[in-house]
Amino acid sequence: MTSYPDWWKLIFGRFTLEAIPYHEPILIGTFAAVALGGLALVALVTRLKLWGYLWHEWFTSVDHKKIGIMYMILGVIMLLRGFADALMMRGQQAIAFAGNEGYLPPHHYDQIFTAHGVIMIFFVAMPFVTGLMNYVVPLQIGARDVAFPFLNNFSFWMTVSGAVLVMMSLFIGEFAKVGWLAYPPLSGAAYSPGVGMDYYLWALQIAGVGTTLSGVNLIATIVKMRAPGMEMMRMPVFTWTALCTNVLIVATFPILAATLALLTLDRYVGTNFFTNDLGGNPMMYVNLIWIWGHPEVYILILPIFGVYSEVASTFCGKRLFGYASMVYATVVITILSYLVWLHHFFTMGSGASVNSFFGITTMIISIPTGAKIFNWLFTMYRGRIRFELPMMWLLAFMLTFVIGGMTGVMLAVPPADFVLHNSLFLIAHFHNVIIGGVVFGVFAGIAYWFPKAFGFKLDRFWGLLSFWFWVIGFYVAFMPLYVLGLMGVTRRLSRFEDPSLQIWFVVAAMGAVLIALGILCFIIQIAVSIMRREQLRDVTGDPWDGRTLEWSTSSPPPAYNFAFTPIVHDLDAWADMKKRGYSRPLGGFKPIHMPRNTGAGVIIAGLATVCGFALIWYIWWLAALTFIGVVATAIIHSFNYDRDFHIPADDVVREEDARSRQLGRA
Amino acid sequence: MSGSHDQAEPHGAHGDDHAPHGSLRGYVTGFLLSVVLTAIPFWLVMNDILGNATLTAIVIMAFAAAQIVVHMVYFLHMNGRSEGGWNMMGLIFTLVIVAIVLAGSLWVMFHLNSNMMPDMHRM
Amino acid sequence: MAKAKAQAQAASVPAFYVTGDDHAHSGGSTMLGFWLYLMSDCLIFAVLFATYGVLGRNYAAGPSGADLFDLRLVAVNTAMLLFSSITYGFAMLAMDKGKQALMQRWLVVTGLFGLAFLAIELYEFAHLIREGATPMRSAFLSSFFTLVGTHGLHVTFGLIWLTVLMVQVSKRGLIEANRRRLLCLSMFWHFLDVIWIGVFTFVYLMGVLK
Repeated sequence: MTSYPDWWKLIFGRFTLEAIPYHEPILIGTFAAVALGGLALVALVTRLKLWGYLWHEWFTSVDHKKIGIMYMILGVIMLLRGFADALMMRGQQAIAFAGNEGYLPPHHYDQIFTAHGVIMIFFVAMPFVTGLMNYVVPLQIGARDVAFPFLNNFSFWMTVSGAVLVMMSLFIGEFAKVGWLAYPPLSGAAYSPGVGMDYYLWALQIAGVGTTLSGVNLIATIVKMRAPGMEMMRMPVFTWTALCTNVLIVATFPILAATLALLTLDRYVGTNFFTNDLGGNPMMYVNLIWIWGHPEVYILILPIFGVYSEVASTFCGKRLFGYASMVYATVVITILSYLVWLHHFFTMGSGASVNSFFGITTMIISIPTGAKIFNWLFTMYRGRIRFELPMMWLLAFMLTFVIGGMTGVMLAVPPADFVLHNSLFLIAHFHNVIIGGVVFGVFAGIAYWFPKAFGFKLDRFWGLLSFWFWVIGFYVAFMPLYVLGLMGVTRRLSRFEDPSLQIWFVVAAMGAVLIALGILCFIIQIAVSIMRREQLRDVTGDPWDGRTLEWSTSSPPPAYNFAFTPIVHDLDAWADMKKRGYSRPLGGFKPIHMPRNTGAGVIIAGLATVCGFALIWYIWWLAALTFIGVVATAIIHSFNYDRDFHIPADDVVREEDARSRQLGRA
Repeated sequence: MSGSHDQAEPHGAHGDDHAPHGSLRGYVTGFLLSVVLTAIPFWLVMNDILGNATLTAIVIMAFAAAQIVVHMVYFLHMNGRSEGGWNMMGLIFTLVIVAIVLAGSLWVMFHLNSNMMPDMHRM
Repeated sequence: MAKAKAQAQAASVPAFYVTGDDHAHSGGSTMLGFWLYLMSDCLIFAVLFATYGVLGRNYAAGPSGADLFDLRLVAVNTAMLLFSSITYGFAMLAMDKGKQALMQRWLVVTGLFGLAFLAIELYEFAHLIREGATPMRSAFLSSFFTLVGTHGLHVTFGLIWLTVLMVQVSKRGLIEANRRRLLCLSMFWHFLDVIWIGVFTFVYLMGVLK
């Protein structure tokens, strides 16, 4: 380090050649695989001359459907990375007993569990739910796009930017070694001087901008752009949950941003917010981060509750039982989710009165959640249930989530929490609700809306295989962790002394392998479905006999979604339209006003990525330059007033005639 | 839920782009009220009129709350009707969350400090 | 029979789609969207206020608010921001009447008040730092500088935006898009004034109370 001259530091900041982890065989192997795979992909795209297509039709697209699909692709890619981390952890813990060091040195193991948590929450679960909301909400409310189409594109690329920074940390420097929420003082400058923490801070900060703006966007969309006649209490449940989720996003991600900014100041400027001396208080960070963190789990689960509700009513062939109670439960959860955050740090000593308050609110919030379970059950009761893939996921969810909910209520009891805090019991609990709730729901949503997005269904055989691997794998992987947690094993340990524990970790590792097979089957399912797309083709646009407006248009929907804006008369608008003899308009098409694609989002997010990288490595000149670039690009973009165009009526006629022919064939 | 009601006007589609921008009278009233509501707290504190810190704090907080309302009404033109009431709804929700964040953090951290660092207050 | 029923039904079938002119896409949601953004900004300040509330008395044997704050300076600064609020209001009134030149003049005045505010704040910061009361000195000073500085950064951003908008108005006139942007900035500007009420009350006035 010391051998680097001053000019080097001026140009490259604290980047040195030692920062490239060429001495770590695992990372070199990964890098080689990623580099070769990446090169092959680039070569393929170049060979097929797809760059122009990708740029014009996808990267710069302001179409909410394409952006939604891109979010889902981002989620899948990051799922592979996050799950690779999980497999490595399970492998390490299964063998590191009684003197065996395992294959991961502690500093590497610590990065892996941090990266696993960060990636799974911010770059897997968030893109998945945002992607589903982006794709489905405008279609469900009969709109042609979101309220701010450019902002939507920009938000997506900011999320990608954060993901790119996290991925870069794998090969340039290191990632944080502090756990996914990075508590100080461990995450402060004194104990984490390296670049890992700074990767963490800037990746989350940049992705957070995208998340917040997409929240604003979707709220404005739902509030302002509903089809005529769609009153609040006629909105599909998924749209309701999306509204509440985005309210939570707008009202919590700024808290995360501010909290991380304070930690950043501590690290970069030397302020004393969360330090141990000069009046700082690390517990304030824990307090603030959980004011964001608890609503965040509802940000993930609420839209998924919406997915399950749509699936339940569609595949049981009847209205959702207790629509109003479902809506009220969602709204109540939205507000209550701000009153429970302290249950994440009962053990920190704020005393009996504080702990009892938050323990009780935590138990109260389980009531509306429980009400939802009953609503789904009663929807199934006397329904004509079709056991298609989404319905299977719903059933697995209901069984699994109830277990996770009950262990959650156990943890809500402060004395019990004193025993279980930071144990593997907690790990089992939150994986139980996140995998059993969010992940199952995402797969339900993908299976449910895939035919809408691409015009053909997903292959059932491989889907069922993936389903069973996932569900069985989940139980095999996490039930042992409940046991271990009750025996007092704490989280984030890379090696163990007591050999009697080993069998449980071996079983858990097998479960992780089963889940890996589930993911593999999912990928195969996509590939097989693409190959068999002609057999799986759906020409009706309504393969499941759906009930909401997205099923009233073609699959995939045209760029403008609806040739004429629908008018809504009832809850489950499309079911109502079908019942009352709706006939598709065949003429009288008009030009349709649509937003124009723009590359500004990609450019600003690209500059933000470089700016983040420069800040991480203290390359101040580059940081300043790219920051000015971000502001300048935004200003230049604001001088462009020519942001929309009309799809000519002829094009609409052509598109709609094609659909008529297709329907005739059906 | 039927009949004429079904032919609902396309609400939501046409936002009232032209939010009320207030009038000269409104702006001047707001300004004068703000001047008064700003000047009194400064006067109270700078000259120590009330002679009691706690009382002064409560009084100036009341003035601050009043002035925030004045700004909301006369400068930001808040009312229950703009954007179909959604602006007001957003504001109320935000105020609730702000209150939770402020009061909650103070409450939690005060208890934490007095439980975990009981000696610090005497230092 | 089925056919007759279908016909009877068809007669009662309501309209299922809008055949008339469709709504314009752009702009209708901007004001609401911007208001939502302001609400999210409000929560950033909530965190900073909460941090100041919790850490604001941790002087670490360093200077306190009573030692440092000069209320006369704060009063002048408050006046600058308040004046800029009313002049922005006058600009909006001019815009409503379509008087572009008058509006631009009021915007210049607003910008000057904003600049004066920033200058005074920077002077205050420089003064404190010179006395050794740096953000690194204590948790109180960290949270003070961050809260007041974040507000100042917002004002700076508002000034840049104001300048850009003035250029855009002079190039394009008071077209619909520009009016909308001016209204957004108006909300932003008044919002900053509301935040400042919290700052001068909680930080400065209560900071000097014993």
